[in-house]
Amino acid sequence: MIAATGHIDTGDTAWMLTATALVLMMTPALGLFYAGLVRAKNTLNTFMMSIGALGVVTVAWVLIGYSLAFDKGKGFIGGLHLAFLHDVTLAPRAGTAIPHLLYMAFEASFCIITAALVSGAVVERMRFGAFLVFMVVWSLVVYAVLAHWVFGGGWLQQHGTLDFAGGVPVEMASGFSAFAAARVVGARKDYGRQALLPHNAVYVLLGAGLLWFGWFGFNGGSGYSTGSPSVLAFINTLLAPACSLVVWFGLDLLRNRRVTAIGAATAIIVGCVAITPAGGFVSPLSAMLLGALATLPSYAVILWRPRTRLDETLDVLAAHGLAGMTGILFVGFFAQLSWNGKANGLLYGHAGQLGWQALAALVAPIYAFGATYVILRVIGRFMPLRATEREEALGMDVVQHGEEAYTTGEGAILVVPEGGVEGMVGVAQP
Amino acid sequence: MKFVIGIVRPEKANDVLEALYRTEVRGFSISRVQGHGGELDRVETYRGTTVKMGLSEKVRFEIAVSDAFVEPTIDALCEGARTGEVGDGKIFVVPLERAIRIRTGETDHGAVTPVGS
Repeated sequence: MIAATGHIDTGDTAWMLTATALVLMMTPALGLFYAGLVRAKNTLNTFMMSIGALGVVTVAWVLIGYSLAFDKGKGFIGGLHLAFLHDVTLAPRAGTAIPHLLYMAFEASFCIITAALVSGAVVERMRFGAFLVFMVVWSLVVYAVLAHWVFGGGWLQQHGTLDFAGGVPVEMASGFSAFAAARVVGARKDYGRQALLPHNAVYVLLGAGLLWFGWFGFNGGSGYSTGSPSVLAFINTLLAPACSLVVWFGLDLLRNRRVTAIGAATAIIVGCVAITPAGGFVSPLSAMLLGALATLPSYAVILWRPRTRLDETLDVLAAHGLAGMTGILFVGFFAQLSWNGKANGLLYGHAGQLGWQALAALVAPIYAFGATYVILRVIGRFMPLRATEREEALGMDVVQHGEEAYTTGEGAILVVPEGGVEGMVGVAQP
Repeated sequence: MKFVIGIVRPEKANDVLEALYRTEVRGFSISRVQGHGGELDRVETYRGTTVKMGLSEKVRFEIAVSDAFVEPTIDALCEGARTGEVGDGKIFVVPLERAIRIRTGETDHGAVTPVGS
């Protein structure tokens, strides 16, 4: 419940602390999901792109990103008043009954996973250092701007676009940025010539399961309280992905008479993504319909994309960009005042809502795609974006990190530091 | 009749398969092996432990062929596996005393010639 200004609600704070931790867990869960989808020789590099976000994006967010997204601005981007956590204290944040510092941390966890999501487009060939630089710039130029538009008092929010937990800055932004990143970085050398298969479907299922678990904090926390919108979003986060799973099973059965595991993992993501913008705005039955509907465009693009030359490797565009867009548009039809206390959609008598949802679904992808394209082109001027063909063949784990995911230790010769190990008898090395 | 053993880079295994297919060599087995050759050791670090990886991953092709197929098989292995860098692998050709197809009991030339060719 939103309490009077200046009041901290202990229940709200307890839930938001929990929700922040839940969302933070989604980033390693995403790393696991992505790592299972790539070849064994790129496992660690793929996972590390997500872990990298936990480092560099958090720092960028605290120093400046949060201010750009949530400080007052002129509609496009926030100001710098909150940079370096200036005025971000334990006092309640306006409009909520939780500490401002906690609000900042909750939003940080969103920015982190969103930057990590884009890695799905460029795994197995983009250099790790270049990707870290990209994530820092991207989180400020793309994420913070789009978050300002719909969360931080920007122009879309002022005009009434409804985005509960990030259909614009998280889902459409990552999906269409991934599209641009795949275009700029280019396809893997073996793409279209060899079958490039997921090396561990168990990681993919476990990662998707953990993402769903974390998503209860992602959507359930986006009401910033323990009030009705949060409860509604939380329950809808159970219902929508469940329906996506059921429909996906059916689509898989129609297509090849078998229900696939990686398809199921994808369905969970698609359902969670679709309900993200709609969570606290639509009725539970509408959420179920959304979960079912959202599978169709994503499934179609997942079938179509590998037949093209676009190596958007892990289908971020299909799973996040399109499902996020479906969710944003769905709010325009199915938002229900009696459930959300804010606005009705077209089907409940307010056609204008659909207009603002459609505008968001149009401008956010254009901005995300364009800005990402330019960012990567500029970074590419200063450093190579991708590994050489030889390095790509060897695998990014050994080349970029000097480690392997599945090393046995056979044939590994210990390099003893100069002077030897204290108290150890010298053994002749072969 | 010869037994051709080709040890190649894992990332070139698909190219070798393609080359063999084009040469119409249809019967072979492959296995993942680890080995040591002339290439430089990779250095890897796990927390405080630094190690030199003395063994590299390779794929081993084993192909039993009749005499007419020995040269084409060698050519296919070379063509598919070569990158020009140290570590491309080796080919060993050894005499093959007998070969028996289990299903029919055919021996030697009949046994190493795929059905239908």
